[in-house]
Amino acid sequence: MKYAYYPGCSLDSTGIEFNLSTKAVCKALNVELWEIPDWNCCGSSSAHVTNPYLALGLPARNMAIAEEAGLDVAIPCAACYARSKNVELAVKESDDTRRKVAMMIGREYKGESKARALVDVFYHDLGTEMIKQKVQKPLKGLKVLTYYGCLFVRPTKTAFDDAENPISMDEIMTALGAEVMSWSSKTECCGASLSACKSTVGFPMIEKILDDAQKSGADCIVTACPMCMANLDMRQEQIGKKKGVHYGLPVYYITELLGIALNLPPKSLGIDRHFVPAIDLLNKIEPTTGGGGQ
Amino acid sequence: MEEFSQSQAKSKNAAEELQKRSHVEAAKCYQCGKCSGGCPVADYMDIMPRQVMRLVQLGLVEEALKSKAIWLCAGCSTCSVRCPKGVDIAHEMETLRIMAKERGYIPEKDIDKFHNIYIGLMKGFGRMYEPGLIVGRNVTTGHLLKDFSYGIPYLVKRKLNLLPYRPKQKDDIKRIFETAEQLMQQDLAEFREGR
Repeated sequence: MKYAYYPGCSLDSTGIEFNLSTKAVCKALNVELWEIPDWNCCGSSSAHVTNPYLALGLPARNMAIAEEAGLDVAIPCAACYARSKNVELAVKESDDTRRKVAMMIGREYKGESKARALVDVFYHDLGTEMIKQKVQKPLKGLKVLTYYGCLFVRPTKTAFDDAENPISMDEIMTALGAEVMSWSSKTECCGASLSACKSTVGFPMIEKILDDAQKSGADCIVTACPMCMANLDMRQEQIGKKKGVHYGLPVYYITELLGIALNLPPKSLGIDRHFVPAIDLLNKIEPTTGGGGQ
Repeated sequence: MEEFSQSQAKSKNAAEELQKRSHVEAAKCYQCGKCSGGCPVADYMDIMPRQVMRLVQLGLVEEALKSKAIWLCAGCSTCSVRCPKGVDIAHEMETLRIMAKERGYIPEKDIDKFHNIYIGLMKGFGRMYEPGLIVGRNVTTGHLLKDFSYGIPYLVKRKLNLLPYRPKQKDDIKRIFETAEQLMQQDLAEFREGR
């Protein structure tokens, strides 16, 4: 199984753990990743509120390079995925858009190379049965909340899972042996960049999700979005302090917990680089007798 | 009275332009308010998403363009997926915001500045450059120390690139930005001609 790999800007810096754990897990699962050479930013949340053409042109260049290599693109980040999927669909929908995109990127992009969310690749292409067979250290006793946020499940056009009750991450976590808890903030918006440019609005949005997580009785939150991670992990202490609460809720990228279940060393997955300490909780995982599968 | 009719004329032009740019069928909205009920930012908006849609329906687009709501929208699309009439409210808000900016209606300056800096960094380096984003934001908005305390931990955890990326195909990035701008200007010229 081989995919072009688009890490995106966050995975090259603030979300480096997502990059490290993605590469390590894919290697262990025999998923070959070919990183798109000299990839550029997908335009994120700024291009599409500035100029709709820019929001098509930026991700199209990466997609076109992958198309020339004849590969679909595996994309870990939720925003990068949604932006890239958007241009894939747009060029397929309209010849006029395809022409304009070609003008911007100086090459053809026909939409033949598909944008795939990494979680979707795990869920649909590998499948939970296959993942379950590869588990060496089941996450027994770990109570997790799956947090999908927005851009994997909305808008409908680009989504790969249900908008109100997505299950792909739940089933992957169950296959890893974790206990998936239910909560109502599964697909709530974390406010994305509002915490950075309008904190009076952004912070309460994060606070609501953290409060909800705390009430659920879970040990941790699992996400697949570097923006959600920054908001829930980096800002957790800052937001808790304001109201005198210590949440102490580790937040993991789904690939980090996949890596743990595959018995990869936590540091190789970047788990020591979180703001909320995330290594200790992993010691809670009940040891199982005998290795290989459950 | 004259002021009112001027505002009406402006709105009529803006309404036509909005329709051409967003292709959202605002007329379908039957004002149930589900968009506003589920909006995670509604508490902070001056007018509700439902009201934005109503203004658009009534042709009072100038009023919608001046709202803070279109700037605070996080683009989460919860409204759009829940709309029983399939109206893409989030896309309408986004298009209104672009049009508002073109007309100089920017009630949320900090949000605007943040995105401008982001765009500038993408244009210059082809990729995000976080130290540039944070410093740029703090300098332009005057919140000099915002998030300053995160800088050192990020460096210690080796989660920041000190230097920006240097794209190998710099011309590719330049062409995307220049052509996108030309395409946008062409569209604008067509909207004006079509009036």
